[in-house]
Amino acid sequence: MALLILAPLTTAALAVVIPRRGRGLAFVTAVVVGAAVTGLFRELRDHGVRIHQVGGWGAPLGIDLRVDGLALLMLCVTAGIGIAVALYATRYFASNLNLGQNRPQEPKDEATHRDYYFWPIFLFLWTALNALFLSADIFNLYVTLELLGFAAVTLVALAGGPAALSAALRYLTVSLSASLFYLLGVGLVFGQCGTVDLPSLAAQRESGPALWVALGLMTGGLITKAALFPMHFWLPPAHANAPAPVSALLSALVVKGPFYILLRLWFEAFPTLLTPAVTQGFGVLGAGAILWGSIQALRQQRLKLLVAYSTVAQLGYLFLLLPLCSNSGGGGMAWSGALMLLGAHACAKAAMFLAAGNILHVTGHDRIQGLDGFARSLPMSAFAFGLAGLSLVGLPPSGGFAGKWLLLNAALTQGQWWWVAILLIGGLLAAAYVARVLTHAFTHLDGEATVRHALPRIMEWTPLGLALLAVLLGFASDGAARLLEVGAPALAQAAKGRMEP
Amino acid sequence: MTEIDHRVYLAASAIVFVIGFYSLLVQAHVLRRIMALNVMGSGVFLFLIALGSQTPGPVPDPVPRAMVLTGIVVSVCATGLALALADRVQDTTDRCEISEANRHTASSDRKSGIEAEHSEGSAS
Repeated sequence: MALLILAPLTTAALAVVIPRRGRGLAFVTAVVVGAAVTGLFRELRDHGVRIHQVGGWGAPLGIDLRVDGLALLMLCVTAGIGIAVALYATRYFASNLNLGQNRPQEPKDEATHRDYYFWPIFLFLWTALNALFLSADIFNLYVTLELLGFAAVTLVALAGGPAALSAALRYLTVSLSASLFYLLGVGLVFGQCGTVDLPSLAAQRESGPALWVALGLMTGGLITKAALFPMHFWLPPAHANAPAPVSALLSALVVKGPFYILLRLWFEAFPTLLTPAVTQGFGVLGAGAILWGSIQALRQQRLKLLVAYSTVAQLGYLFLLLPLCSNSGGGGMAWSGALMLLGAHACAKAAMFLAAGNILHVTGHDRIQGLDGFARSLPMSAFAFGLAGLSLVGLPPSGGFAGKWLLLNAALTQGQWWWVAILLIGGLLAAAYVARVLTHAFTHLDGEATVRHALPRIMEWTPLGLALLAVLLGFASDGAARLLEVGAPALAQAAKGRMEP
Repeated sequence: MTEIDHRVYLAASAIVFVIGFYSLLVQAHVLRRIMALNVMGSGVFLFLIALGSQTPGPVPDPVPRAMVLTGIVVSVCATGLALALADRVQDTTDRCEISEANRHTASSDRKSGIEAEHSEGSAS
């Protein structure tokens, strides 16, 4: 289990020392982490939740690493997206590409420079994500959250250029202040409960005004970091101005980190405080994100901004989990539905950003108006974009469909029809903005194909593979749901305790 | 005596934190914002230290101290990264203000609204 953190950390440090070998080191990491996740999957299936005491010190004194179904799912998604993005990035950073919008070609040494910097930071990001998903106490989660933020900000800044740099700086200030709010909340919880360990907090079942303030502070910080409406304002510029592989990592994985902590906090540590008012409040914010993000996506003129606003909208669906999971009946359904959606969105959104990166590379711009007929010059990217869109809209048999179907069923079982309406409207709006891009892709096919640069084959295949994965996830929903339930007794019980009082 | 002391520190930490957050929202200059973040951080650390002395007996609780130490390391790194980034931004744009950063959070107090063309918002 510790290998999941140590392997990327070691290779990241090595990649700083010998930047020339960054790519090779990333592949070593991918193999080691892949093997470790597979091994962990076997252990979890046979023995249930696994706990690793770092340095042999137990929970109250030392730091515990823990893996359950939810953590393992997140680790799997991270490994999958990480490997795909690494494959894409080998050629993206190696070939001298047009990274920013409408920027002239840059000298070769700057591209090499970027290649040298990408790999160590990418590996640090991977380290931070793995550590975050394995952490079992809220202070450790704070540290990993900060590591994640630093790596993400640096990756955004990697694009160079004024737009990307100021987006990165804004991202950093927002992220830091959000972390401080979270840390203040951690302090309050410690003052109240005398521990920061998640299982011990769950055992205490405390409540009181100080704890409410603490949870409010922590939640405020986390939803800012997770870019939940109305705290999403930093996300579109940061995600749209980053290099394509970075955008894919940020949208697919980084924003899911704080969401994961939020789940741990509310469902595991303080399930007793999860009152209907709180959950409906989260639901309202989620619904706001779905509607506002989708409408903004429809209005964007640049492809990458459209995809970034779509992330804002899709994050909203995840937060519908809270009102649907904590009511009587169908809670488990909502739980696996939302996490299914999380996995499907990670694959689909990474595919979309990588495809958008190809389009930017080949046409030299990403203005949606000027994209007529790109399906001819980039058939595979257009297909990948369409497939990923299929999953975002939620058409069968995609993973997005399976997730939304479960959420819909949960909402109907509980008679919360207003969420059903939001889910359906969100799907229609997503169809509209995906169609907006695809109509440009498949019209004026007779015109001249505007190929400015040849594209390495791996950069065409990776987004297509990810999009296919997003679609095929729909067939794996049963297995994923079982993994979540078997591995996560604490969380499942928190949901079930509410179902059968 | 000690009881009063630690309450004073708790109140002071809250005030420091709020001052930091307020100037983060109000100030447009990057350096001032970075300093505001540091002030916020100091508020949090003071709070944690005050919590540590809350426990009865001569020996204060070591856990909040360990947290503060970790927090200080993180905040030094954060400041370094922020300063490096700010330097790059100034090199490339000749400006040292974060454009439109507080558009959604403190629109009434914003000093400069001129960088609208850089906003990634609505119909640009």
